[in-house]
Amino acid sequence: MTRYLIRRLLIAVPSLLGISLVLYVILALAPGDPFSALASNPSIPPAVAEALRRKFGLDDPIMLRYWHWLIAMLHGDWGYSFDSRVDVDVLIMQRLPTTLYIIGSSQLLALLVALPVGIYAALRPYSLFDQVASTFAFIGFSLPTFFTGLVLILIFSIRLQWLPFVYRTDITATGWAGVWAHIAQAIMPVLVLGLFQGGSWTRFVRASVLDVVHLDYVTTARSKGLAERTVVGRHIVRTALIPVVTVVALQLPFVFGGAIVTEQIFRVPGIGSLLISAILANDTPVIMAITFVFACLVILFNLIADILYGWLDPRISYR
Amino acid sequence: MNEQQLRNLIEDVRAGKRTRREFINRMVALGLTAPLASAMLLQSGVAMAASPYEYKPTRRGGGGPVRVLWWEAPTLLNPHFAVGTKDQDASRIFYEPLANWDADGNLVPVLAAEIPTINNGGLSEDGKSVTWKLKKGVTWHDGKPFTADDCVFTWEYASDPATATYDIATYQEVKVSKLDDYTIKLAFAKPTPYWADAFVGVRGMIIPQHLFAQYKGGNSRQAPANLAPVGTGPYMYVQFRPGDLVRARINPNYHEENHPYFDSIEMKGGGDAVSAARAVMQTAEYDYAWNLQVENRILQLLQKAGKGQLKFLYGGDIEHIQLNNTDPWKTVDGQRSSIKTTHPFLTDPAVRQALNVLVNRQAIHQYIYGPAGLATANFVNNPQRYISKDTSFEFNIAAAIKLLEGAGWKPGPDGVREKNGVKLHMTYATSVNAPRQQTQEIVKQACQKAGISVDLKAILASVFFSSDVANPDTYTKFYNDTQMYTTTMTQPDPQLFLAQFVSWEIAQKENKWAGLNITRWRNAEYDALYKAAESELDTVKRAALFIRMNDLVIKNIVVIPVVYRPDVAAAINGLKTRLSGWDSQLAYLKDWYRET
Repeated sequence: MTRYLIRRLLIAVPSLLGISLVLYVILALAPGDPFSALASNPSIPPAVAEALRRKFGLDDPIMLRYWHWLIAMLHGDWGYSFDSRVDVDVLIMQRLPTTLYIIGSSQLLALLVALPVGIYAALRPYSLFDQVASTFAFIGFSLPTFFTGLVLILIFSIRLQWLPFVYRTDITATGWAGVWAHIAQAIMPVLVLGLFQGGSWTRFVRASVLDVVHLDYVTTARSKGLAERTVVGRHIVRTALIPVVTVVALQLPFVFGGAIVTEQIFRVPGIGSLLISAILANDTPVIMAITFVFACLVILFNLIADILYGWLDPRISYR
Repeated sequence: MNEQQLRNLIEDVRAGKRTRREFINRMVALGLTAPLASAMLLQSGVAMAASPYEYKPTRRGGGGPVRVLWWEAPTLLNPHFAVGTKDQDASRIFYEPLANWDADGNLVPVLAAEIPTINNGGLSEDGKSVTWKLKKGVTWHDGKPFTADDCVFTWEYASDPATATYDIATYQEVKVSKLDDYTIKLAFAKPTPYWADAFVGVRGMIIPQHLFAQYKGGNSRQAPANLAPVGTGPYMYVQFRPGDLVRARINPNYHEENHPYFDSIEMKGGGDAVSAARAVMQTAEYDYAWNLQVENRILQLLQKAGKGQLKFLYGGDIEHIQLNNTDPWKTVDGQRSSIKTTHPFLTDPAVRQALNVLVNRQAIHQYIYGPAGLATANFVNNPQRYISKDTSFEFNIAAAIKLLEGAGWKPGPDGVREKNGVKLHMTYATSVNAPRQQTQEIVKQACQKAGISVDLKAILASVFFSSDVANPDTYTKFYNDTQMYTTTMTQPDPQLFLAQFVSWEIAQKENKWAGLNITRWRNAEYDALYKAAESELDTVKRAALFIRMNDLVIKNIVVIPVVYRPDVAAAINGLKTRLSGWDSQLAYLKDWYRET
């Protein structure tokens, strides 16, 4: 097990290097210039924009810039935002709590919907419940978030005026009013993201449970006279969850990555909106830091998923 | 209009036969900016009269919070790094200049005790120096006194190339010295008619010496005050999250009595323009939203909700079509649109005139922009205040056909006109933006009826407006026959704005396409006029020169103006805002209040 872990971690190093190199080169070759706003302003002498380019080393060859970036990153220096003139890690840390709160809650909501509904639907396939659940699941993951987001705003903010649609990070109210304000502004983004994710996960859980339900060992467990709850909990769900774990684990990095569209609609100051504004401003260090951390998380959660398999299914061994 | 006529008009104002407002409107219609017109009056001895604004609150504070929504979020709070309007506006909450521009182009003192004039000895006769008297008793947010040293330091800071400020050009042209603790002198190397640039308006914000002194030059980016500003302004720093939020609370020692009214301000950033308009006018979650470049139809619909109103700020933004004078399809010395080539058909005056009457400005105004884009025939103007009777525009397909026929452009077998093997087939590029694509369609249809075939191109704004030398689709490369965008007059004085037609500013490979002259138009007369205006001290003579330059651009159809675009904002009912199209939208934040 330890050897397996060490081997996996060692393999991760070249993959991360490769990923970072590809990201860096693509960003360096992409059109756009972080100082274009300076250059297109007629009253700014081109010398200023050039001085800035030199200062940030933008005129060096790509590989040299990549090397500088890599060394800095290894020292824990995430770089410096061209746009805000702030260290990138400061920017990311400002955004992280909101992102974790919103996206985390939405993933939790998705799981809370998907697991019971998916399992129950699979145990009674083609029943009325299954039909209804499937229909809603299809609707859930077919409608894009920008659409459901706007519909929710239209209903709850504009018609009913119950919920605010601009997310605020500076709520000053204290006590229950403050708590409610925090919850109220999160309801719509969490619903939008959670139901979208929940829809596709419901389908997945259902399919996965359905695969297991008719296997011989389940029949055996039933004929032993085990209680239905034990059969479902111990025998069916545990096995059926293995593929679900993979899907959910691979989804977890997105909790960090944020949700670009939804964050934009509700003005949630999360990592996703930071990423998109950095992309629009050609703020390479910020884009690079976010995408790279994201790559690390994907690899990490892959590993976690693999380890969880062993816990769920002892037949899988690590070599 | 020549110099003598201008002088007569000014005499009328002095004698009271004509109001200030009328005069300024008249000048603006001729292609001058309001601030310049105002300066003409000032020099001729007619005092500036700040446009009236009634400030009702009788004590400081007590107004609760005011919430403003900037859908492009501020990302930094150092006014001298603030390239984007969003950052300039956010900085203006904390920092102040010596004087603001108001909506009519008057200078209004803020940190200055008075506006320099020849009469009060502030302006020298030779135009080479300006003396500013500073307001006394002003303190920075941390309690330290504001003095002439801070102004001198701001100049040193902003003019140092190593600091890399965006307004370096403004400060490099002057030498600033301290006469006493509350007087500074600006000295120019040559006579400078437009002196109200350094320390005025958006570029004029003064920063405290005691906090920035160690951070001048190469280490400027490390200054803690870059992110936690300490200014003299009406509100004091509380919190800043780049790309999301700026918070400030009332400055209890603000230097103007009974100002400001609100106890705190919150500037939220992010999202999009439509929902920003909605958050003010439909759900009233916010008090003020900025820069609503949204289809007029949607704005009118939102306004019907009755919770807020649209505000229009008249500055100097013109949406216009540029006609390429060089050949964008021939490569010479590794570049297209080289000045060594000439355009195969756009250099024909008949074709230019035909295109000019094929742009249906009235329809574009009426159906696309509404009050946020007014049909215009002038390149530099402000038609809301005064519709020019001298210049006119028309939309007339028949006239276009007649012009083309007359010049020998005959329809080919495919309906496209041609002459000597050259077909009237052109590309028409702009950035991706719904109103622009609709405008393109309107122009294209009219052109097709006249026998000109048009290929439309829509390029992502982040590419089109970038300075990326490697990208062929940038607007400065102009690798198209025609292109359309809005030029922004960044300064109240038109001199720099008009530099976009002088021959030495042509954007080419040699200057990495950083030249201002995108159309690559060359005209000796224009060049000479420009040079004359540069050192002309007499504002009236200078204005006459500008008018002639503007006329040359319009008569030669160097560009085809489409609509004049005021800035659109939305304010909740009851919020009294004082706004100016010639300065930051928050320049007069100290004067805002809520009517109850």
